[in-house]
Amino acid sequence: MSILEVKGVNKRFGGLQALGNVNLSVKEDTCHAIIGPNGAGKSTLLNCLVGKLIPDSGSVVFDGQSVLGRKPHEINQMGISRVFQTPEIFSDLSVIENVMIPCFAKRDGAFRMHAYEGVHQEKGIIEQAEAILADVNMLDKRHMHAASLSRGDKRRLEMAMCLVQEPRLLLLDEPTAGMARADTNNTIELLKEIRKTRKITMAIIEHDMHVVFSLADRITVLAQGTPLVEDTPENIKGHPKVREAYLGEAQV
Amino acid sequence: MFGLSQKDTRFLFIVIALTLLTPFLLNPFPTDSALAQFNAGYPALMQRFAIYGLMAIGFNILFGLTGYLSFGHAAFLGIGSYAAVWMFKLLSMNVLPAIILATLLAGLFALVIGYISLRRSGIYFSILTLAFAEMSYRLAYSVFTPITNGETGLQLNLKDPRILDAAPTSASLPVPSLFGLEMNSSWTLDLGPWDFTFNVGYYFCAVVAILGFYLSLRIFRSPFGLMLRAIKSNQNRLNYTGLNSRPYTLAAFVISGMYAGLAGGLLAAMDPLAGAERMQWTASGEVVLMTIMGGVGTLMGPVLGAGFIKYAENIFSKINESILHSWFSWLPDGLEDAVVWVFARFVGEGWHLTLGLMFMIIVIALPGGLVEGGQRIARLFRRKSEDAPSATPAE
Ligand SMILES: Nc1ncnc2c1ncn2[C@@H]1O[C@H](COP(=O)(O)OP(=O)(O)OP(=O)(O)O)[C@@H](O)[C@H]1O
Ligand SMILES: [Mg+2]
Repeated sequence: MSILEVKGVNKRFGGLQALGNVNLSVKEDTCHAIIGPNGAGKSTLLNCLVGKLIPDSGSVVFDGQSVLGRKPHEINQMGISRVFQTPEIFSDLSVIENVMIPCFAKRDGAFRMHAYEGVHQEKGIIEQAEAILADVNMLDKRHMHAASLSRGDKRRLEMAMCLVQEPRLLLLDEPTAGMARADTNNTIELLKEIRKTRKITMAIIEHDMHVVFSLADRITVLAQGTPLVEDTPENIKGHPKVREAYLGEAQV
Repeated sequence: MFGLSQKDTRFLFIVIALTLLTPFLLNPFPTDSALAQFNAGYPALMQRFAIYGLMAIGFNILFGLTGYLSFGHAAFLGIGSYAAVWMFKLLSMNVLPAIILATLLAGLFALVIGYISLRRSGIYFSILTLAFAEMSYRLAYSVFTPITNGETGLQLNLKDPRILDAAPTSASLPVPSLFGLEMNSSWTLDLGPWDFTFNVGYYFCAVVAILGFYLSLRIFRSPFGLMLRAIKSNQNRLNYTGLNSRPYTLAAFVISGMYAGLAGGLLAAMDPLAGAERMQWTASGEVVLMTIMGGVGTLMGPVLGAGFIKYAENIFSKINESILHSWFSWLPDGLEDAVVWVFARFVGEGWHLTLGLMFMIIVIALPGGLVEGGQRIARLFRRKSEDAPSATPAE
């Protein structure tokens, strides 16, 4: 059963064909990697999935429902969370507040006028937030100002914000970019662990082939806005077209 | 206590104590001393502290938390005043129905104006609110004269129906009251050379302002308040996290509009007349200045800012050249004239110059406003007594 079905999606920016007839099918409970050179259109594709961009043509169906024309918050409430290429966090808030907000979104929906009870009285939400911060090894930083975190920590925080919602589909746009080697390995372990304990389907964009081959069940190679091939990691490694287009310089 | 953390409860009690003791705190100089003109503990000014403080508290819920800068909140102040005076004219001189209608009507207007203005953000939002307020001001002056009494302003009249009150027994206009407790009645305490004035109107405003402060404290600490701060920090992230920012900003706008309406109602309850100039853009700008001077997004800042500006307006504007001469009479003649001439530019009618300079100094040197100034001083003291300074969130 595929949970996400992208069919014939096109997106132009002026004279640039950023996406040309993209088809993509992500099966439930798998990790699907999307790789490709810079400017291939990977982030643009994710933008079309979360309501940031509307494709010029084509369809995007999540769990049997079209996401096109829906607002970002509606798509998130359907069960899609996204980690952005440049971390999008609430820099003016503390780390734990950053994680509590998605907890409230999950529990109370897109809007609730809970203006009278104090945040400090929300024991359940606080526990949830602390648990996920422990999972990403950031519990000791929970009262820090999010703006003062290192780049790698900002990424992990954003990942925690998405994971705590237990989305059905998690979109990760280069989650380990800018992380030290050890942090990258921790992130791989975390994502593996998440997949073992929770049913979360993942679509991951990554330039780091070590991450891709540790996590992915299937890989789509995107070049100049069009999918080149889609296959298992083993077959992708040996694929001549892929080597030529992308992996040539990456030394797998 | 009261659903607040221990720290906030203590904070609330301090605010209550300061508010109730205001007649003492603002009258530190003996009545006959030369410094008596710096005393601010007289009813009209204390009332204004409480009322504009309340308005700034409400404005801060919108501007301080969400970052949406409205340049049109004076419209709600004016609407509140008109609503209150109409209640005095038609229903009763009791202040409660007046301020309740003032709040509700301002809330209704805020719902409409906010719904439209919030389709845009940033500078465009500010311009839209400014346009609405200016429109209200012009309309109050002209088209709506039957309701607003145009240039003259809306006033009480002996022939007003006032259906709940008994027919007037005297030839003078009735006074707004709380179940017979007249707002303008005062009691003076003579304590040696000092005189302290306790005014019913001030204490009524003070109690309302404390309730308003308490409510804002709850909003600041609530999940709703957290969402508002998240909007200011990163609205995009909030949307991709499954939250719809539109109703949150609208709710904040309506709440702050209701605070402004309540403040307008209180102004009318202290002095039962309402004029269109209360809606002018300078009045909208004033509450922005108050909030920025005091400290945007802090709990106490807007109140301090309001006090600061109202103090400057009422105290500096009263100092004239002859007072200055009496201060500097010890200087040689020619020098005295020169010094007085320089100082005279900054007082009396020139008090705006003083205010402008102070505003610039505060914004440049203390971006966090007066609250940041206070925190820096507190930190200096703390560093002397103990070595580890701890980062405390702004109050
Ligand atoms: N909003 C936009 N307006 C105009 N052009 C855009 C826009 N977004 C992306 N592009 C262009 O579309 C192309 C695809 O960009 P995209 O960000 O999807 O690439 P990518 O595969 O994510 O690359 P990278 O690996 O560097 O992140 C690029 O040439 C980019 O300049
Ligand atoms: Mg990208």
